[in-house]
Amino acid sequence: MAYTEEELKKELETKEYEYGFYTDIESDTFPAGLNEDIVVAISKRKEEPGWMTDWRLKAFKAWKEMEEPEWANVTYQKPDFQAISYYSAPNSKPKYDSLDEVDPELLDTFKKLGISLDEQKKLAGVAVDIVMDSVSVATTFKKTLAEKGIIFCSISEAIKEHSELVQKYMGSVVPQKDNFYAALNSAVFSDGSFCYIPKGVRCPMELSTYFRINQAGTGQFERTLVIADKGSYVSYLEGCTAPARDENQLHAAVVELIALDDAEIKYSTVQNWFPGDKNGKGGVFNFVTKRGICEKNAKISWTQVETGSAVTWKYPSCILKGDNSIGEFYSIAVTNNYQQADTGTKMVHLGKNTRSTIISKGISAGKSQNSYRGLVQVSSRAENARNFSQCDSLLMGNECGAHTFPYIEVKNKTAQIEHEATTSKIGEEQIFYCNQRGIDTEKAIALIVNGFSKEVLNKLPMEFAVEAQKLLEISLEGSVG
Amino acid sequence: MLKINNLHAGVEGNEILKGINLEVNAGEVHAIMGPNGSGKSTLASVIAGKEEFEVTEGNVEFDGENLEDSAPENRAHKGIFMSFQYPVEIPGVSVTNFMKTAINESRKARGLEDMPASQMLKLIREKAELLDIDRKFLSRSLNEGFSGGEKKRNEIFQMAMLEPKLAILDETDSGLDIDALRIVANGVNKLKSKDNAVIIITHYQRLLDYIVPDFVHVLHEGKIVKSGTKELAHELEAKGYDWIKNGAVV
Ligand SMILES: Nc1ncnc2c1ncn2[C@@H]1O[C@H](COP(=O)(O)OP(=O)(O)OP(=O)(O)O)[C@@H](O)[C@H]1O
Ligand SMILES: [Mg+2]
Repeated sequence: MAYTEEELKKELETKEYEYGFYTDIESDTFPAGLNEDIVVAISKRKEEPGWMTDWRLKAFKAWKEMEEPEWANVTYQKPDFQAISYYSAPNSKPKYDSLDEVDPELLDTFKKLGISLDEQKKLAGVAVDIVMDSVSVATTFKKTLAEKGIIFCSISEAIKEHSELVQKYMGSVVPQKDNFYAALNSAVFSDGSFCYIPKGVRCPMELSTYFRINQAGTGQFERTLVIADKGSYVSYLEGCTAPARDENQLHAAVVELIALDDAEIKYSTVQNWFPGDKNGKGGVFNFVTKRGICEKNAKISWTQVETGSAVTWKYPSCILKGDNSIGEFYSIAVTNNYQQADTGTKMVHLGKNTRSTIISKGISAGKSQNSYRGLVQVSSRAENARNFSQCDSLLMGNECGAHTFPYIEVKNKTAQIEHEATTSKIGEEQIFYCNQRGIDTEKAIALIVNGFSKEVLNKLPMEFAVEAQKLLEISLEGSVG
Repeated sequence: MLKINNLHAGVEGNEILKGINLEVNAGEVHAIMGPNGSGKSTLASVIAGKEEFEVTEGNVEFDGENLEDSAPENRAHKGIFMSFQYPVEIPGVSVTNFMKTAINESRKARGLEDMPASQMLKLIREKAELLDIDRKFLSRSLNEGFSGGEKKRNEIFQMAMLEPKLAILDETDSGLDIDALRIVANGVNKLKSKDNAVIIITHYQRLLDYIVPDFVHVLHEGKIVKSGTKELAHELEAKGYDWIKNGAVV
């Protein structure tokens, strides 16, 4: 078989969304549209305390005054916010104690995804809190965690059961009016996860959540809050896949991480929302606000593998408030066909001796556009702040684009900032070399892409790394096989 | 084993190989020499199935089979190996991982299971020793930051791992220091048997002192203009190519 660059490109474009199916589970869905009544109704439906309702309304007021940002290097048809339904919960609402009680169709969905609960349970040390549309439908390993005083539950439950913690920290890192999408999320968030690790406790397992968007035309507004108390440690995994849909789906999540003195949070994401078909039709709009704050000697690492979404707008950030705190960002973003990604990070150095590392790997194929946007900010009192940034782009073919926008704002002369950037192309020579050794083109691309992404893949927890590697291959290899 | 019949090949209408005839049998060593740009690497690439080159006339047969429609990876699975004149770098992919993938892909093509890890490890150790390759080398990214000589030695290591039927070594000797040349040549000699064959492309007699060819061919402007035994290589070393070039015209 002949493999010219042209053919290679075509093959890449024929990749169809593997997990494009739709589970028909009865849902209870709100009418489309957004106004104060809807916000109040969501809050009521979720039996929230009054302060939460007020908090949402405040966010809604702020949002009404805001405009959708346009500075990102992406173009898309703006969502009609009045055409979206803001609440959808699977009908089988009650929580299940065992798998037998779970809707068989849901289980089937997970089987198709290769992440059946059975498998998950066997994967030693992984507690799974699955968010199907908006309401958590299964929580496992809760008891083990409870023994250590760890709280891992849906945010709705936390709002009711751990009101004081939620009230204290929600919005403390991402305020309601932080940005357009964060404000929208604050007003209408449906569910999400909550995690609290008590002082000095090392969470004994990787906490993980699988998100899915499932209901046609239902925006997904997840809210995640992770609090690591002094001297504690937690590794949190978030992964998602979504069914194929014709209209664009909006996803505007907010994730807030709080690492108190000497605490460490590792937050890993594998994101595979539906990217749209090969003509660029459909696909998820992913506008996410993720931010963490580090107190003294604390550390936050964001690791992400982004392969999905039609449009991605995402900048997991660290506010290095405490002295000696550390922020890390490791990212792989893959774009194919007509996907557009504008991702990166913000490292805000406020404390003394704060350090940050940014490793960003962008892979573009088809007609996609992949942008890295990073801000490193060093405040005047942040003595001896250090940052190292490395942004590598890998291009496949001539029709895609890679862009790097590093912003550096330094107000303290002792800061040391290093930035490196490279752009390379998967060459015919590399592919022929692999072919000559008996490795076919599809496998060769997977090998080259994995090699390119290795520094980031290595940062993922083992079981997640395997899944991420698979995703990279699926995203780029075309339908061959 | 290999039979090249009146092979014409080129790129974008530009003919580079202009009627090559060559037969290589099991157990033989052939050397191909010739001035820069005469088409040696092109010939090697065409045998290996590089798509960039278009075969306009003639063909290449391997074990009696016309390779015309065979993809490069299939040719590799059949036992054709080419040591590259300019090995390419694949960042982030370790030599070990690359070899593991290559071996298992070939096994898969033959309907075999993946090689068990322990066996793979043993094989890697054995071959690394044969070519005097430092273990820590094997965990480095393929060819990335390798010196010229290291790249060439690594090519032969890969050949040793894959145990091809036909090995085409394209200027493997350039860039090797004197000791490395001996080590690599010894390695090739140890792998030689009555069932496999080697084509050595070189500019220098030196390598041929170690790996003694049964035949020497001179390629000039896309044609084999002279063939002979190892003495021909000595003659070329002494006299250069002019006398042959002229001879070809006459
Ligand atoms: N892809 C290509 N496009 C255009 N011309 C090419 C291409 N590949 C090879 N050629 C040309 O074909 C001729 C033969 O090249 P080749 O690399 O086969 O020579 P060689 O005999 O291996 O030379 P050397 O001894 O320098 O390695 C050269 O003139 C070269 O410029
Ligand atoms: Mg050459």
